[in-house]
Amino acid sequence: MSSTTLPVARRPLALLFSIGRLVMPAIVLFWLAMAFFGHWVAPYDPAGIQDADLFEGISRKFWLGTDYFGRDMLSRILAGARYTVGISLMATSLAVTAGVLLGLAASAIGGFFDTAVSRFLDALISIPSKMFGLVLVAAFGASIPVLVLTLAVIYLPGCYRINRSVAVNVAALDFVAVARARGESTFYIMIREILPNMVGPVLADFGLRFIYVVLLLSSLSFLGLGVQPPEADWGSLVRENMPGLPYGAPAVIMPAIAIASLTIAVNLTIDSAFGRHAREGVR
Amino acid sequence: MEPLIDIRDLRIRAHTAEGGDIEIVKGVSFSVRRGEVMGLIGESGSGKTTIALATMGYARYGCRIAGGTIRIGETMVTGLDEKGLQRLRGRKVAYIAQSAAASFNPSRPIMAQVIESALIHGLMDEAEACEKAVGLFRAMAIPHPETIGNRYPHQVSGGQLQRLMAAMALITDPDVVIFDEPTTALDVTTQIEVLKAFKEAIRDRNTTGIYVTHDLAVIAQIADSITVLRHGEVQEIAATPDLLARPAHEYSRKLLAAAEPALRASPVTGEASAPLLRVSGMSAGYGLVDRDGMPAVPVLRDIELTIGKGRALGVIGESGCGKSTLARVIAGLTPASRGTVTLDGVDLAPGIAGRSREQLREIQLVFQMADTALNPKVPIDEIIGRPLTFFFGMKGAERERRVRELLDLTHLPASVGDRLPGDLSGGQKQRVNFARALAAQPKLLLCDEVTSALDTVVAAAILDLMAELRRELGLTTMFISHDLKTIRAICDDIMVLYSGRVVETMPAAALESGRHHPYATLLLGSVPALRTDWLETTPAASLQVQGGPPALTSGGCAFFPRCLLAEPGLCDTSVPPLRAYPGGIEAACFRLAAE
Amino acid sequence: MNATIGRLLLTRLVAAILTLWFVATVVFVITNLLPGDVAQELLGQSATPEAVAGLRKALGLDLPPWQRYLEWLWNMVRGDAGRSLVNGSPVAGLIGSRLGNSLLLAGITALVAVPLALALGITAAVHRGSVYDRIVGAGTVLAVSVPEFLVASAAVLVFAVQLRWVPALSQLGRLDSVLDVIRTFALPVLTLTFVIVAQMARMTRAALVDVLSSSYIEMARLKGAGQARIVVWHALPNAIGPIANAIAFSLSFLLGGVIIVETIFNYPGIAKLMVDGVSTRDLPLVQACAMLFCGAYLLLVTMADVAAILANPRLRHR
Repeated sequence: MSSTTLPVARRPLALLFSIGRLVMPAIVLFWLAMAFFGHWVAPYDPAGIQDADLFEGISRKFWLGTDYFGRDMLSRILAGARYTVGISLMATSLAVTAGVLLGLAASAIGGFFDTAVSRFLDALISIPSKMFGLVLVAAFGASIPVLVLTLAVIYLPGCYRINRSVAVNVAALDFVAVARARGESTFYIMIREILPNMVGPVLADFGLRFIYVVLLLSSLSFLGLGVQPPEADWGSLVRENMPGLPYGAPAVIMPAIAIASLTIAVNLTIDSAFGRHAREGVR
Repeated sequence: MEPLIDIRDLRIRAHTAEGGDIEIVKGVSFSVRRGEVMGLIGESGSGKTTIALATMGYARYGCRIAGGTIRIGETMVTGLDEKGLQRLRGRKVAYIAQSAAASFNPSRPIMAQVIESALIHGLMDEAEACEKAVGLFRAMAIPHPETIGNRYPHQVSGGQLQRLMAAMALITDPDVVIFDEPTTALDVTTQIEVLKAFKEAIRDRNTTGIYVTHDLAVIAQIADSITVLRHGEVQEIAATPDLLARPAHEYSRKLLAAAEPALRASPVTGEASAPLLRVSGMSAGYGLVDRDGMPAVPVLRDIELTIGKGRALGVIGESGCGKSTLARVIAGLTPASRGTVTLDGVDLAPGIAGRSREQLREIQLVFQMADTALNPKVPIDEIIGRPLTFFFGMKGAERERRVRELLDLTHLPASVGDRLPGDLSGGQKQRVNFARALAAQPKLLLCDEVTSALDTVVAAAILDLMAELRRELGLTTMFISHDLKTIRAICDDIMVLYSGRVVETMPAAALESGRHHPYATLLLGSVPALRTDWLETTPAASLQVQGGPPALTSGGCAFFPRCLLAEPGLCDTSVPPLRAYPGGIEAACFRLAAE
Repeated sequence: MNATIGRLLLTRLVAAILTLWFVATVVFVITNLLPGDVAQELLGQSATPEAVAGLRKALGLDLPPWQRYLEWLWNMVRGDAGRSLVNGSPVAGLIGSRLGNSLLLAGITALVAVPLALALGITAAVHRGSVYDRIVGAGTVLAVSVPEFLVASAAVLVFAVQLRWVPALSQLGRLDSVLDVIRTFALPVLTLTFVIVAQMARMTRAALVDVLSSSYIEMARLKGAGQARIVVWHALPNAIGPIANAIAFSLSFLLGGVIIVETIFNYPGIAKLMVDGVSTRDLPLVQACAMLFCGAYLLLVTMADVAAILANPRLRHR
């Protein structure tokens, strides 16, 4: 490697990257909107059996083909956004809010509180996420509130760890020492001095956590242990249409592609907003 | 005679974080004759290190040599390909970096790294190279020259590593050696040993070199001529004695003036004045505290100090001596485990929680790094205004008016009020730092290395500001620094800390005269003076035991391992108490007392 | 080996055992918080109260929770995971018959994935900022964002449905030739590799980029060292710790990936067993499988910690 050459690749590839920078946030916004309006926008009744064959291919009439009942796939995917995006958003918000508050408190209070919370949550990290999900579902069943709580609990420890380390780094800076020496309350230091300096990392972490939650929720649903029929998120859509795989039916692949489009778009949006390093070292 | 190094119209460009592309070295030209050393001096951002690295055809990540020519002897460096550059580097041109601790690979023994370039360039076999290295270690006065090569970098002290790195550069007998701030990271008492070793090596080998530094007094000892740089442009090139005696360029004159800070007039005179702050029998540190009040890891031990009303006390010591902890203990951030802190006759609780709001207001801290001392997300008027609201309940227009007064007092334009700290220069940030402390109307101002992170010219302006504030507000200050020149310029009294203990206190005027603690003498003699023959004439180079301090067992004088006057059986068994000497000096030394 | 290293290693070992105990407690607590009565649920609504009480006694559900916990813990330590609630056979036996299959799948995947990921990560770090680096970077972002079942179903679609190179479902037992082995494992291993290589390559690259931007690497360049020497002699020895961590962390993804892959390819491993256990609420089976997976995770993480300790020159040469 020559140390004097340009480090940045130019031309076609760079163009591709800069297009991605605009398209990706648009995809994220689209799916967010579908979470609210998917049912209304859907061209057919998502649950209605259409006048069509099972596992029909892509056509003018059915843009993404039909499913194992002959229902319109596009409508089912648009309607499914409510579950995939909605549940994930709720679970992520819960996990991140709790993680940020606990992390802030641990850094500002320190001492025994910090040690106790850190030890407990760090030990929870050593339960692999899918495994944790299976155990919780085995115990509590798979209603939607349980799923939201389950996903939040699973990702809380990782979220706490990241936010605590960010908060501890900020708390070690001199301006926090100045505030302490002035006699400011712990609450003031948490909210006014530390929190504003965590906004970037917290948002980046929120995005990454959201991706993990979407993937885990989809996996659970795919295994039949997530969202239960008749409600269907994208993972369930893949599961119920698996019999179509040998025929190469789009009904199997399309919901999976919807998931991928969401997670990839979130991922690349984080990249361009916070830089590539935002992701490294995140558990 | 044709110069050995010839740099013509050198231009270097860099990518900025925002994706831009700017010129950081703007057409620099200079040349160096064989056997001479050229000093490159400038402040941060002047491009001095970038230029030095470019002579090896090297540009750091994100930078590139965009134009101009660099010739070394017969070799046109700017025309070489990667293979050609590899043949040049370490063979014809060698490099000595600023931080030896970071420049040695932690996973490899020292000897393997010292002889690496000789082996890469196929100059000799391993046995010959090792033999040569040991010879160089001897020439550099490195202790245990035969065996030190078997150690790993983390097992060797910083001063020794710096000399080992010089040996690493010289192993191939290069035509040119680049010294990149090689003593900046060292304490002055260590710097002097390293400078001496460098100077001897340069003289003995008739080395041609480029010496990069921000310290004019250091470069005066080594360089034959000096290039003054600013913002990537040459300001002046002159022979060293000429530059020191008759600087031609305006900026050179400023640098020169800042390098030897003038004494700022003190508003107080002589002795007396009632004490404002008294610290007695104070110990502090980290870890569990034992029954006697000593922590598991003591940082400060049995500290005694007094600051009279309106006076300025300078606290000096090398890195790790506990001087920053002292400020934190007085402010209550690190509670003392033993002893008392008394302000204006009232005993203060050790921690913040036990002190009243009024007591907290009376002591204000100004930190070293203005970058981290100001919350980057809070606008300046809120930073300065918060203490006004917190301590005095000021709001609205009243607070706004007071903020404006404080900005004015610290010579900041009123327009900075609605900006964020990131928009300000280093010097401006440090002024905001002061304005915030002054907002509380403190009785005592604790300044921790407030000028150390600043360029010398900016630092000089901050010292002026401090002198002015003392004069106008009658502030009592404690000024902590590792730089004796700065302390001398601004303080009435000086306290010397060594390894967590007070070894001497004195009026600033007694610094140049009288009998001092051996460490204070060493410190005083180690500060480079702005004359070319300082290194040869200072006695300090022979004032300490060579080879650095071994670990001290408990209970003796901490300076014992480095002290030439030390008396085994006395100095290493009990701690000497502070004793008064003529001229207002108090020193803790058995040998001084015995004389 | 010196005293400090010994002490650190011992600390890690003790920490791992304590964590495993903690995890066991969490698993026990969660699976016993079950609303409703297991015995009632197993026998159905029509069961007589006597029958339910009898089953409760047989399952030990009439004992106080802490006593059940201690007994369960002791049995786990002895390797006795109880009997399946569904078919009454010993859980240990069920797991034993499947464990080998899962280990085989994971082992083959690791053999393929680790060298591939290290090669990608190291070359990308060395050519940092190049077109190649950006392509690897973009590719790995895509790969970590995609659900495993998309990869698996896409692989089936291409290789089994379209090209008909391999069967869509794995069937163990006919491993007579190399071709059989390849045909059986190709798709599961391909899917798992795809999932973990990306993570591992990213982390390896990050670790090496970190080392390559340190001052001693610049110094080596300025001594005239070539690229190969810089990477192999100077950089890699200092990146062992973080790279070991990257490998362990990514292999732990295998534990999750295997759950999906065994299900989709109908592969007779323990992950499939566990998923079936969750569907039928066979709690002893779920508990045992969960402990097995958590144990494997802790083993990986502890091994990475040990590697990092042993590779640290500051600890090795005191």
